[in-house]
Amino acid sequence: MTPDDDLDDLRSALEQVTPKPDPATRAAHLRLAQENFDRLQGAAHAPRPSSERPRRGAWSGARDMMNAITLRGGLTATTALAACGFLVLTPAGRTLLLEPFERGEVSASDPAPALAATEEAVARPSDPLAPAPEEASLPQAKVATGDEDARSVQAAPDLAVQEEMPGDLSGAASAEVPEAEPLPDPIAPVWVLPPEEAEAAPRSPSADPEAFAPLPPAVGRLERRAAPAPGGLLSRGLVLAPRSMDSLAPLPTPSTESFANADPNPLKVTAEEPVSTFSIDVDTASYGVVRQSLLSGALPPPDAVRTEEMVNYFPYDYPAPEAGEGPFRPTVSVMTTPWNPDTRLVAIGLQGQRPAVEDRPPLNLVFLIDTSGSMDDPRKLPLLRQSFGLMVGELRPEDQVAIVAYAGSAGLVLPPTPASDREAILGALGGLTAGGSTNGQGGLEQAYDTARRMASEGEVSRVILATDGDFNVGLSDPEGLEDYVAQERESGVFLSVLGFGRGNLEDATMQALAQNGNGQAAYIDSLQEAQKVLVDQLSGEMFPIAQDVKVQVEWNSATIAEYRVIGYETRALRREDFANDRVDAGELGAGHSVTALYEVTLVDSPARLTEPLRYQPERVAQAGSDEWGLLRLRWKEPGGEQSQLFETPITGTEEAGSEAHFAAAVAGWAQILREGGPLGDWGHEDAIGLATANRGEDPFGYRTEAVRLMRLSQSLSQR
Amino acid sequence: MRMMASDEDLAKAAAQGDGAAFAALLERHYDRLFRLCFRLTGARAEAEDLCQDICAALPAKLRSWRGEARVTTWLWRVAVNAAHDRRRRRATYRKASDGWGDWEAARQADIADGRDRTDWLLAAMARLPEDLRDTMALVLDEVNHAEAGAILGVSEGTVSWRVSEAKKRLRALRATEEAR
Repeated sequence: MTPDDDLDDLRSALEQVTPKPDPATRAAHLRLAQENFDRLQGAAHAPRPSSERPRRGAWSGARDMMNAITLRGGLTATTALAACGFLVLTPAGRTLLLEPFERGEVSASDPAPALAATEEAVARPSDPLAPAPEEASLPQAKVATGDEDARSVQAAPDLAVQEEMPGDLSGAASAEVPEAEPLPDPIAPVWVLPPEEAEAAPRSPSADPEAFAPLPPAVGRLERRAAPAPGGLLSRGLVLAPRSMDSLAPLPTPSTESFANADPNPLKVTAEEPVSTFSIDVDTASYGVVRQSLLSGALPPPDAVRTEEMVNYFPYDYPAPEAGEGPFRPTVSVMTTPWNPDTRLVAIGLQGQRPAVEDRPPLNLVFLIDTSGSMDDPRKLPLLRQSFGLMVGELRPEDQVAIVAYAGSAGLVLPPTPASDREAILGALGGLTAGGSTNGQGGLEQAYDTARRMASEGEVSRVILATDGDFNVGLSDPEGLEDYVAQERESGVFLSVLGFGRGNLEDATMQALAQNGNGQAAYIDSLQEAQKVLVDQLSGEMFPIAQDVKVQVEWNSATIAEYRVIGYETRALRREDFANDRVDAGELGAGHSVTALYEVTLVDSPARLTEPLRYQPERVAQAGSDEWGLLRLRWKEPGGEQSQLFETPITGTEEAGSEAHFAAAVAGWAQILREGGPLGDWGHEDAIGLATANRGEDPFGYRTEAVRLMRLSQSLSQR
Repeated sequence: MRMMASDEDLAKAAAQGDGAAFAALLERHYDRLFRLCFRLTGARAEAEDLCQDICAALPAKLRSWRGEARVTTWLWRVAVNAAHDRRRRRATYRKASDGWGDWEAARQADIADGRDRTDWLLAAMARLPEDLRDTMALVLDEVNHAEAGAILGVSEGTVSWRVSEAKKRLRALRATEEAR
């Protein structure tokens, strides 16, 4: 085969897999370009007075800034904000505000150059530092197309600041903006060139964004905002003035991209769009963030609240499947919507098989523990030791544990040891000390080797990687590492990832490892969370029972006029992806339960928001026309290739128990926190009442904790 | 008339503020732009985002078009640079990210990515080093080596070397894949 044939083959192969642009997206992009084009023309002719700033900017900028603050620092800073309001402008307040960023490479300690840059940018209209006004339209455009693609939306705040910052400069700057040119200006590094501008500039070293944007973009921008505060630019500081406590609630979000969230699902008209499809979600990260935020005395940022993750944090006591019935059992129940007596809430609960604890196969666990220098932190190695200690207590005598540490050179700290020998295991855990640099791959290889040696027929082997995510050595080939893990998964050894602490997380690597290793990943921030993840859910974390679980409901337009999925915005799937086995979806662990809620409006309900159409033929369902809809579930056996289908009608007569009512209370609360959803005057009081009444047994107090948090958020929102 | 006008004429008119010319120009090249974006990123969602970035910034960029290059050469350069920026932003962001929230967001994004990266070739392309990958995206899109060089700002010889290097690597990947 000649090289050119080769290339042609590639070319035609690539041709086949290259998709056509989606017509709607294409139209949206063309429209966006045209709008920007027109705006640019308009702006060139009629520059905006420099004192005017876009209305949306003031708040979104502040929010972005808050987004950029890491949790601890953010709380410090924002508490100061809440307490002092305008006093942010005082030196003390400023210091607090700046503190979190001084950790970054860009120093906030010298506001003068930033100030100078500001003035310079105003004074020099053609300065590329003042982004051309097309920046301003980006955020709207992102949101406009964001419905199908949550990531577009999540990108929006990132750009919002660009809209805001240039806003007060663009008046002067946009009069005539030739495209950005490399700017050999020593002041430039204080500014992060907007990426689009940077495109034209980066070839000159002084304008290379890499060189002066070592922080996440939002932090870099915040820098610019905070810096000019001294020097009498008082009006600039007013941006920080809170409109209300709510809107300035400290946002304990590590970065603008932390919270993938989309606008709340809109109302759908059954006659137009009868089918709703999404992937299950067993993640609970959102609840953790909400809890942290509330316990620190602030309402969580609305975007941090993912309703489905809040609802699914709690264990629910749905009926479990009978033996031989399949890996999980769906339970449909219907109730009057707590916040709207004229609509109904349909709760779909999936309960995973609970393998009898005594029947579970023996576990071979290899703790792969990161002992690099960065783990030397009270919230990392010591917490890790305690967490594993808790877990060891739950293991059975026939289980085996080995410990591999990795730092510098990987080492087997504890050879495979029966779980009954707790002394030895706890002793080895206690002897771990942090030091040296990390060698992720060497450690992984040794852990997998150990796990393979421990494995025997009918046992489950799993490597539990505990790290702060710092793979600073041996990461020359991340794909190699991923491939390695995926390959080991084929050999029957699974991988779970536990994250400890914050600070230097190689999120891409961790994420890839957990995914390829067929494992859950969890973030352990407290011993309580360790208890929940490692002990209470030991079986679920260790034994996946179904993967790629997708939910699809087809509503019957003869009975249901409108419906709305509550939550799952980031988990929506295209209708055609339901039956496409190559499309990935959520995994369900043993004993896990998942709840999805729909708010539906019956055709004869006074709450109906849309009128029936006059000229369109009323579509009459062929069979079972008094049914509300049909629930379809698809899942694969763990490791399986082909999905299986389960169907059951929703009749509307299924009585809801306390489990579904509690889920409804949490969903209502989440919607209050999200400030979205048609709740009317249904508020915290009602959510607390509903949740309290339906706490059920609550053996571990999770629901009681939720009620406590609800009360806390009630107080905070009344402030 | 617009249908007949050359890219260069349209671009000139657009640079002087002719909205219709701009629309015609972008309409004409959008599909190929999207295709290139897809090959640069390897995933539909990513390609759509990248395309949106480019479309949003294009009107301003057009002002800097001096007519020194073919419009398409210039446009592909804009696209390749925008892709670089996107990657760099992500990389910077990853380096600086300090929370599991980010990690979760990235995981979600990757789930979406994986959904799109359905083909071996795309996966393989994604594994190529960035410069080889960009070169291949262009060359496999019927851009000749000289033009690819102009777009990427390297010599024609470098492009040819990269192409053969990329082929070598793809073949090697294929071999390991099949051996497995």
